[in-house]
Amino acid sequence: MIRVRGLCKNFGAFRALDELNLDVLPGQVLGLLGPNGAGKTTTVRVLTTLLAPDAGEVTVAGHSVMADPDSVRRSIGLSGQYAAVDEKLTGYENLVMVARLYGMNRKTSAARATELLDEFRLSDVAGKRSGAYSGGMRRRLDLAGAMVARPPVVVLDEPTTGLDPRGRLDTWAVISSLVGNGTTVLLTTQYLEEADQLADNIAVIDAGRVIAEGTASELKSRVGSERIDVVLVRQDSVDSAAAILGRIAGAAPEIDRQTSKVSVAAPDGHHMLVRALGDLEIAQLQVVEAALRRPTLDDVFLQLTGQRPKAAAASNTTDVASSGVGQDQEVLLS
Amino acid sequence: MSSLSAALRDSSVIAGRNLRNVIRTPGAMVTSVAQPIMFVLLLAFVFGGTLGGAEYRTFLIGGILAQTLTFNASFTAVYLAKDLQLGLIDRFRSLPMSRGAVILGRSSADLVTSLLSIAVTLLCGLAIGWRMTNGLGPALIAMGLLLLFTFAVSWVGAVIALTARSVEVAQSLGLIWLFPVTFISGAFVSVQSMPGPLRNFAEWNPVTAVATSVRELFGNAEPQGFAPPSGWPADNALLYAVLCCVAIIAIFAPLAISQYVRISKR
Repeated sequence: MIRVRGLCKNFGAFRALDELNLDVLPGQVLGLLGPNGAGKTTTVRVLTTLLAPDAGEVTVAGHSVMADPDSVRRSIGLSGQYAAVDEKLTGYENLVMVARLYGMNRKTSAARATELLDEFRLSDVAGKRSGAYSGGMRRRLDLAGAMVARPPVVVLDEPTTGLDPRGRLDTWAVISSLVGNGTTVLLTTQYLEEADQLADNIAVIDAGRVIAEGTASELKSRVGSERIDVVLVRQDSVDSAAAILGRIAGAAPEIDRQTSKVSVAAPDGHHMLVRALGDLEIAQLQVVEAALRRPTLDDVFLQLTGQRPKAAAASNTTDVASSGVGQDQEVLLS
Repeated sequence: MSSLSAALRDSSVIAGRNLRNVIRTPGAMVTSVAQPIMFVLLLAFVFGGTLGGAEYRTFLIGGILAQTLTFNASFTAVYLAKDLQLGLIDRFRSLPMSRGAVILGRSSADLVTSLLSIAVTLLCGLAIGWRMTNGLGPALIAMGLLLLFTFAVSWVGAVIALTARSVEVAQSLGLIWLFPVTFISGAFVSVQSMPGPLRNFAEWNPVTAVATSVRELFGNAEPQGFAPPSGWPADNALLYAVLCCVAIIAIFAPLAISQYVRISKR
């Protein structure tokens, strides 16, 4: 449904997209995951004909975005990063306007608007100005706008950015129901759990390239085994603890000094945890918390790019072997 | 459906949406109502006494109309920049709609705001002694010219909005050019009184042509002390004013549409 080959886009000297390749099959949900500035929004803007690419081949529902943008616009619904609703118009008026702009007549537009308001649980507020809506309601109205013409392809750019947890769950429910209808969806997100939750396939992008692709569980298993997390009582004991864990696991641990946390891949899960605790005890390093866990998409990202995605970037993580491990992994995956 | 009728239909949908916005934001209309009142009173009674009293007040109205309608270009700029900032333009651009419809819908809706400005100015004029003495026919032609002119300058506002890209920049850029353009003209004074280059500018300024034509059509003469305008643009004011409007549209409409097609928020 969506096919992208060798897509390049420069903004001045900045290379936003660098030979990007993507495929989304009919009925599939692809999550485009990456930190700020990775090229997610640029990709969306090219796919929705808002931005002309510098090089590459992009087809949506069989139409080229360069050669036949109008056909692309007819097959695509866009919900951008900011809920693009007219605040002075009611929910109903917003949807009628979009329907009319798709070329529907008044009667059909009115019927479609009513139907969508119902489907997106906005019937109660249909007659209120959308400026008075909550963030979640505005976002649902925006999504409804993208669905007016029942497009086979829907593109959602960070659909839950700026929403409170409640609004986020609402939006997830709406997106999941789209997926049930067989709509092809491309969604971008900075939230790993969101991609995990909604997407069949995930493409991790960084610096304008896809650096890994697969299902959430494939990506997790590529990172390898379970991980051991140890939180220490004293901040100055993290280095000694990291040395011990590194020796046991035979891999470079990752250190978060702010939270005094050391984390390492543990191919031989609980045996290693027991040994680690023993060795830490002998070295007289006091432990607050020790845990064995399945790798998260956070770990995937760290392995692939050497940095945490934005959602987790607040914690001051340093990856001891970021260059080494990161590059190995990248070669392995690409 | 032919592409022209599709374009007109899309534009009317957008214009309808814009009008709803205007009606639901009464605060925004205060400027288009208050500004002509303010300038009429200011010029008629602060400057007017020196410049010719009752005669000047009659002379003034044509100038205020030309000035007020030029200023309406800044509304076009601000509203369009706001749509751009809110992401509405992105939504419109991702729809299979006509490319020029968003701006055409904008400038058409702004015609309604302009009608309001015209009505307020004329009412003020009546209150201070202005009259039209040429009959209804020429007065209607004057109205037609004023609407054509405001439609033309709103395309200039559109180009400003699409160049500025942010509401703040559109607001200041959209306003700053208006002062020299409306004041270095025959809107409020005699062009003949200005020194060399300013006088040339003022003589060929479309604002002068519009003000002069409207005065002629309303039958309003210059005050005693004013040297009557001369030169080709003054002798053929109506023709020149219409030509200016057509030229402004011919230059700025394609410019605005090509910017709209290529615009990206970053």
